[in-house]
Amino acid sequence: MQKLREKLMQGVFLFSACVSILAIILICVFLFANGVPAMAEIGFFKFLLGREWRPANDVYGILPMVLGSVYVTAGAIVLGVPVGILSAVFLARFCPKWLHKILRPMVELLAGIPSVIYGFFGLVVLLPFVRQTFGGNGSSILTASVLLAIMILPTIITVSESVIRAVPESYYEGALALGTTHERSVFFVVLPAAKPGILAGVVLGIGRAIGETMAVIMVAGNQARMPAGLLKGVRTLTANIVLEMGYAADLHREALIATGVVLFVFILFINLLVSVLRRREK
Amino acid sequence: MKKSLFKSLRAYRHQPLSLFLKLLVWLSIALTVGAFVLLVGYVLVMGVPHLSLDFFSLTYTSDNVSLFPALVNTLSITALALVIAVPLGIFAAIYLVEYAKRGNKLVALVRTTAETLSGIPSIVYGLFGLLFFVTTLGWGYSLLAGAFTLAIMILPLIMRTTEEALKAVPDSFREGSFGLGAGKLRTIFRIVLPSAVPGILAGVILAVGRIVGETAALIYTAGTVAAIPDGIFSSGRTLSVHMYTLANEGLHVGKAYATAVVLIIMVVGINALSGFLAKKITKT
Repeated sequence: MQKLREKLMQGVFLFSACVSILAIILICVFLFANGVPAMAEIGFFKFLLGREWRPANDVYGILPMVLGSVYVTAGAIVLGVPVGILSAVFLARFCPKWLHKILRPMVELLAGIPSVIYGFFGLVVLLPFVRQTFGGNGSSILTASVLLAIMILPTIITVSESVIRAVPESYYEGALALGTTHERSVFFVVLPAAKPGILAGVVLGIGRAIGETMAVIMVAGNQARMPAGLLKGVRTLTANIVLEMGYAADLHREALIATGVVLFVFILFINLLVSVLRRREK
Repeated sequence: MKKSLFKSLRAYRHQPLSLFLKLLVWLSIALTVGAFVLLVGYVLVMGVPHLSLDFFSLTYTSDNVSLFPALVNTLSITALALVIAVPLGIFAAIYLVEYAKRGNKLVALVRTTAETLSGIPSIVYGLFGLLFFVTTLGWGYSLLAGAFTLAIMILPLIMRTTEEALKAVPDSFREGSFGLGAGKLRTIFRIVLPSAVPGILAGVILAVGRIVGETAALIYTAGTVAAIPDGIFSSGRTLSVHMYTLANEGLHVGKAYATAVVLIIMVVGINALSGFLAKKITKT
């Protein structure tokens, strides 16, 4: 009886462990089964490289959205990564202890704030600011990039800080003993040693930026056309799905799911990159 | 204070690069703090005056756009998702930590898939939920479909935090229990799990935070109906979805601010609770 119960529960535990495998298989099967036939029907390259998205005429090309996602993410990286890494350097090596007790929960809170609130903040603060400072109507690649840069800050800061802290103290002390300043030893000895880990954090941030949906929808303008400039609106892959899924039918609906497939493949690739970087770190 | 600042600046007289780097680092953290203060401060300042009583009235009308139904929906979806994901996550972690042998191929596979799951964007979960729970299983837009979608989403988080909490339990606890003649199962449920509770709870609370803030995964699974649900098969919007529709319609911007305040207060509370529990583990 006792033995039976032990065996039974071990089976339950084993099954639970397999649920995540099951989940990922289900996600893959359902996305691909619904999305890939549409790609085949539209034509794989016509779908991926088509410059026009006009569901009313059954023209489905997602290149504008792919580029939209890439541009907005690139902007977020350019703005967010330096600030994020330097902030992490501050938290790990420059920050007095009392200040760290305030800043650390602050970064955690920044990570916990829902993306709709970011989007709303972008809508009522950033968007008018960009409109008044740079012209245009405000909803643009620039606005979305700035907003996403803020949103990926906590990811980059948290990962980078823990990596910088993990660098052996002897590296830092050795540099000091050779007569350099605190700043030089942090930047030229500690930081290079932490590079692979920081890179993993950055890639994680890229994943977050590409996958972000609600915040981007509220500030990016969402015009389904080729990106025309920093101050012009774009539509991202994620926005494309949310905006049209509500009323889409037939091939249009399947084309949206195929958009999800493309996004999914992007993310899988990024995940792979993160795990490769993490492994190299060890 | 001023004098010491002057003194410390003078120390950099012959180190312009070091001074530059120091200023750069301070500037960056100032930007981060500035973004945070601007974001939270602006929302609070604009939102608090809009927190009126009719905003919390029991029924939603297009006039008062009450958030009460959304609050009820948020709580129901959170409870449902936790009921599904927490046992699965904890059991999975128990398998990984207590049962699996070192170098087990299955463990590596589970870890990889859990990592992959945690990287998938919420809109992809939303699409999957729509295809699987809403359409294939025929649940329609419902709290249940939303809860299942979110349960998959938070599963890796709960697995990871539980795993860490279980690993932090000293082996001497287990050995002591075995030594007294307890079986493996008894040891796990009576000895290991109770001492890992704070860590597990901290993870669960983080998961609650993710659920509360989620929008993209819910729009096409739980739907956007602004009413108190009749049951788990009725559609309902959570607070975040409520906030999104308010901000998008643009008719009740003041109410959108107020919803944002409520959301931020919830997130602050959730983070504080989780941090408190996490601190408790490091102390013992």
